[in-house]
Amino acid sequence: MRTKDFAYWLFLAPVLIALTLVVIVPMLLGVYYSFTSWNGITTGEFVGFQNYIDLFKDERFLASLWFTTKFSVISVILINFIGLSLALIVTSRIKTSNLLRTTFFMPNLIGGLILGFIWQFIFIKVFASVGEMVGMESLQVWLSTTETGFWGLVILMSWQMAGYIMVIYIAYLQGLPKELLEASEIDGASSFQRFRYIVFPLVAPAFTVSMFLTLSNTFKLYDQNLSLTGGGPYNSTEMVAMEIFNTAFVQNTFAYAQAKAIIFFVIVAIVALFQVYWNKRREVEM
Amino acid sequence: MRKKKNWKLEILGILLGILWLLPFYLMFVNSFKTKKEIFTDVTSPPEQWSFDNYITAFQELDFLQTLFNSLLITVSSVLLIIIFSAMAAYALSRAKSRISTILFFIFVAAMLIPFQSVMIPLVTVFGQFEMLNRGGLIFMYIGFGASLSIFLYHGALNNIPRSLDEAARIDGANRWQVFWHIIFPMLKPITVTVAILNIIWIWNDYLLPSLVINKTGSETIPLKMFFFFGEYTKQWHLALAGLTLAILPVIIFYFFAQRSIIKGVSDGAIK
Repeated sequence: MRTKDFAYWLFLAPVLIALTLVVIVPMLLGVYYSFTSWNGITTGEFVGFQNYIDLFKDERFLASLWFTTKFSVISVILINFIGLSLALIVTSRIKTSNLLRTTFFMPNLIGGLILGFIWQFIFIKVFASVGEMVGMESLQVWLSTTETGFWGLVILMSWQMAGYIMVIYIAYLQGLPKELLEASEIDGASSFQRFRYIVFPLVAPAFTVSMFLTLSNTFKLYDQNLSLTGGGPYNSTEMVAMEIFNTAFVQNTFAYAQAKAIIFFVIVAIVALFQVYWNKRREVEM
Repeated sequence: MRKKKNWKLEILGILLGILWLLPFYLMFVNSFKTKKEIFTDVTSPPEQWSFDNYITAFQELDFLQTLFNSLLITVSSVLLIIIFSAMAAYALSRAKSRISTILFFIFVAAMLIPFQSVMIPLVTVFGQFEMLNRGGLIFMYIGFGASLSIFLYHGALNNIPRSLDEAARIDGANRWQVFWHIIFPMLKPITVTVAILNIIWIWNDYLLPSLVINKTGSETIPLKMFFFFGEYTKQWHLALAGLTLAILPVIIFYFFAQRSIIKGVSDGAIK
């Protein structure tokens, strides 16, 4: 097949049309709208960089950006730590290995919205009830303060994504040469030494993959945020994706929301390009 | 010594497993309680295993219609994504040229764009063309899902030698036949991965359908979940029954295909 063949374009046509209409055209329109005062009904005037200047003074937007960053950093560390620990447990010679894998992975199949609602029940009802039983007042205010809302989201995401990251680590751990591990065992290496000097360097690529996957997932989080805290109390647990949504569809300032969405894209793109660069560098080293 | 260590790990693993299932257990037992019972005690099993909540939730959610909508949208979108992405990836992998490289780059680059960045113009434009309905939604899923699927198919196709295509062509098969009869069946493992990743995503997706579907009776399962979560009233007994009903299809799917699901998800993440 050659690119000048009719068949070539026929094979590509459906996805090219869909991608163009669903992603490319809206993206280009989005960039254009971000420089106008468009509100969804009237086209609005061209306002230059006004929206971009405004958003850097927008406290609610900056607060959501900061909250999202804090949330992402802590979640990424926790999810990877728990995920790797789970992977090490289920790949050791234990009988319940398969059952445990299935269990830890299960939350990933269920939508974030539903998981958020389940945990809302746990934090509000179950925590309060347990708090009453053991006399711990701090358990009775969950999700009603910024602090507990933050940790609620972290717990929910760690519970959900640890199993996903576990699966990735398992794939790398199973690729480890068994002879190497056995040889080191015979040579008298302790399990910590084996982990530190053999397992760790060989699963290093898994860290890169998992780090960026969790970072991208937590930074773009919306569903869990919506169903668990709804951004409350007083928008203090609102993450960027939700802030953009509210700017657009609650306050009806489309162009302004679009400018925020472009900044959001730039941040996500920079992180992703950094990952590509990181991978390339690692490949060179190896 | 080895035995003792594994025994400890086994216990630790089982305890963690129980911890992981605890939220589901609490959801399940409380879904059978009355409103009053949930108010007084959330940790113990219900006094009476009554299905009243389920009957109410089933009716309020219009469950059969909602389930049908979710199935219709997921199955059609995933089938179309598979067919169109496999075809596109085939063209891109067989015609090695600058155009193919550029197009492939565009597809991959599109994966970088977060949904929020295109959401507002997308909804406005599709709204103007009266395309905010189930058909429009399926079309959008093709646009959003194509990139990753093409990327995965492209990788797999590069491992299938082109001499195979040429041999079939000499035997008189046209390109369409070569692809569907010879190449596509060889792509089965990656097709399973593509199918699973897209099923999980589309089945659970909330934001896009919430913007596109605005007609009563067309809602998917995630869209209906807000029914029991009003601004001021929370009917936990009904909500928990509704959530359990919503999870049930996923659990059944997981039960039958867990091996392929876990493999598909890990392949999709690593490649």
